[in-house]
Amino acid sequence: MAYVAIADRDHHLHDPDTFITKYIWSQDHKVIAIQYGVVAIGVGLVALALSLLMRLQIGFPDVFPFMTPYNYYQFVTTHGMIMVIYLLTALFLGGFGNYLIPLMCGARDMVFPYMNMLSFWVYLLSVIVLIASFFVPGGATGAGWTLYPPQAVLEGTPGSDWGIVLMLVSLAIFIVAFTMGGLNYVTTVLQARCRGMTLMRMPLSVWGIFVATILGLLAFPALFVAAIMMVLDRLIGTSFFMPALLSLGETTATTGGSPILFQHLFWFFGHPEVYIVALPAFGIVSDLLSTHARKNIFGYRMMIWAIVAIGALSFVVWAHHMYVSGMNPYFGFFFATTTLIIAVPTAIKVYNWVLTLWRGDIHFTLPMLWATGFIFTFIHGGLTGLFLGNVTVDLPLSDTYFVIGHFHMVMGVSPVMVLFGAIYHWFPKITGRMANDVLGKIHFWMTFLGTYAIYLPMHYLGILGMPRRYYDYGQTDFIPESALGVNQGITIAAIVVATAQLIFLVNVAYSLWKGKRADPNPWRATTLEWQTPDTPPKHGNWGPKLPEVHRWAYDYSVPGDEEDFIPQNHPIKPGEESLRNAGVSRE
Amino acid sequence: MAQEGLNPTADELTADGWQGIVADWSTDKQAFYVPWGKAMMWIFLLSDTFIFTSFLTGYMNVRMSTAVEWPNPSEVFALSFFGQPIPLILIAIMTFVLITSSGTMALAVNYGYRRDRYRAAALMFVTAAFGAIFVGMQAFEWTKLIEEGVRPWANPMGASQFGATFFMITGFHGLHVSAGVVYLAVVALKVLRGDYERSGNYEIVEITGLYWHFVDLVWVFIFAFFYLW
Repeated sequence: MAYVAIADRDHHLHDPDTFITKYIWSQDHKVIAIQYGVVAIGVGLVALALSLLMRLQIGFPDVFPFMTPYNYYQFVTTHGMIMVIYLLTALFLGGFGNYLIPLMCGARDMVFPYMNMLSFWVYLLSVIVLIASFFVPGGATGAGWTLYPPQAVLEGTPGSDWGIVLMLVSLAIFIVAFTMGGLNYVTTVLQARCRGMTLMRMPLSVWGIFVATILGLLAFPALFVAAIMMVLDRLIGTSFFMPALLSLGETTATTGGSPILFQHLFWFFGHPEVYIVALPAFGIVSDLLSTHARKNIFGYRMMIWAIVAIGALSFVVWAHHMYVSGMNPYFGFFFATTTLIIAVPTAIKVYNWVLTLWRGDIHFTLPMLWATGFIFTFIHGGLTGLFLGNVTVDLPLSDTYFVIGHFHMVMGVSPVMVLFGAIYHWFPKITGRMANDVLGKIHFWMTFLGTYAIYLPMHYLGILGMPRRYYDYGQTDFIPESALGVNQGITIAAIVVATAQLIFLVNVAYSLWKGKRADPNPWRATTLEWQTPDTPPKHGNWGPKLPEVHRWAYDYSVPGDEEDFIPQNHPIKPGEESLRNAGVSRE
Repeated sequence: MAQEGLNPTADELTADGWQGIVADWSTDKQAFYVPWGKAMMWIFLLSDTFIFTSFLTGYMNVRMSTAVEWPNPSEVFALSFFGQPIPLILIAIMTFVLITSSGTMALAVNYGYRRDRYRAAALMFVTAAFGAIFVGMQAFEWTKLIEEGVRPWANPMGASQFGATFFMITGFHGLHVSAGVVYLAVVALKVLRGDYERSGNYEIVEITGLYWHFVDLVWVFIFAFFYLW
């Protein structure tokens, strides 16, 4: 008997029949994606509000009585944790990963729909536990988002009673949720593609999400272990991370632990985490640029290998976050070298994006604006990474506003640029309506220019030596008066940018209600999700028959063709040149 | 029948070196010719490997960082018979039991594929029983240490990290074994009931087996790093 791929066998497809199975306990990847998206954006807005409160204190110290040092550190911590994990990771992988993988690969759903559903609900639980930490005695933890021990668990740190425990428990729950989702994404990409969809024909969005998920499955375990050990340190008095200490004038009962161990575990997770966020952004932005410039992506296979190489390298650079922690200098040399090597595949990607635009038929649609904005912010953030990757340059810049500026540009703003581009790009497919163009463009320009107003001055402040995470700077010789003025400017810019995000919410609400009805394929894109029989796609995605793929995802402006795009499921025409069979054929 | 252009050409599939590997792996639809569940289990176990690796690395790190002397495992884990201490005897028996259970599991997989469901289920129950015995002996060992005063936060024999890492790592492994016992029992019941008769597909037995072998393999590392070092 011939082998039949599992995706082609008859499957019973969890058909929803009631309101609850359709919209609440739904096993449909599209509904789960929207659930993930809504929760992630909602909790992201909380983090945005927290950042504004912090900025108010930095820009206008002693003006707002509700900003105490205690609150300030709680806000720093929760802002960072939400943005990195509960917003960016969840939205890229749980949101876009869920929505795009089955549609772009030509599957009817994820391979384990029930586990996919559980993944969302467990994620929601982790968010609830996290938010709950604000309402327990002592409030949320104020240990800084890196949660470094021993200070994270010692008395005197905000939230050392309950907050830190809830934070760690919430992280552990999140990791369980992520693992259930992540196993789904990886298995679906590997095993459930439609006919003709070879790995080397997949859109780069899927490649980015796929590799990022693998990173997550291998990196989150370190955080999981660190969280368990710290909970034990905090609750039952073990000494994994706790050396012998003098705390508030008293000797603690702990002895012999290693605080550096936590930093190693944390950053073994933490650095791949940067790429868990960045790689989906890289992939999605490649598709946006190609589609809206009506041109095939430049160097498709190099783009894939660059994603894979960045993913692999991200596991051997973690200690560049620890140059000032006290390591053997040879370690610093090793980690500086590997860190700078990452610049090579990353630069390949940037050049390829620019070369994709080169002589393209660029349409400055909403998604395209965000995608080009990403190229700017990413180059700026990436270049400052070269400074911080070098040990000798990092030492004076460490723990200053330069670092804040760097990582907000490279892994804060840049992925968010792509997220907005992606939301505007797939909005017509997800909702069946077009997003409003004018509101979207106002949103873009305010956000794009605003980020520069916020983060460029921070680099200057950092070079002045202004330390980060300080509640108040008081009188110091090395920080001039003018720095306060810069800080006020940054705070005002931050308020403006935050307001611009309200425009986005208004846009979503307005477009859902009154937006123009969307064509099935408004951007005239080649990838499979635009070729579904219904918009928005119905349960099962493809109607009675699965699609069949005949070409790669980037047949834009093919010479001699009447249209400027050929969808992936259109057969190769007689006489068409074999170079566009792409797949694994030599280019 | 494959349409032209759908799949890599025969040339590419048989190409040497990286070109061939890439072509082979990236072909149509499936990267590995295994069921979805099995692929997922392998990926999960890879992820779980990183959890145990982190635990063991953490253990080695605190063992080096602690300033107090580490207890000698041969003495701590010895049992006395007729006044004669035998080092590591309990652990040796536990390891033997667990590795034996891997053997019975492998037999169960074999009988599953032969569609001999009674034997397959029986062997799975035997495997689960061995697992339960293992957890029972672990409980005995914990009790003995606790009676001797070892706690996660303190340890009369030396470094407090000894108790902390011991209870944490063996506890986490013990949880894996306990979960495996439940998992085995559930699957064995379904096998016995004939749930897989209609499809004739006993892959689930092998998937359960993968998990079980993994838990055994992890134990070998814990044994080596914790008891022999």
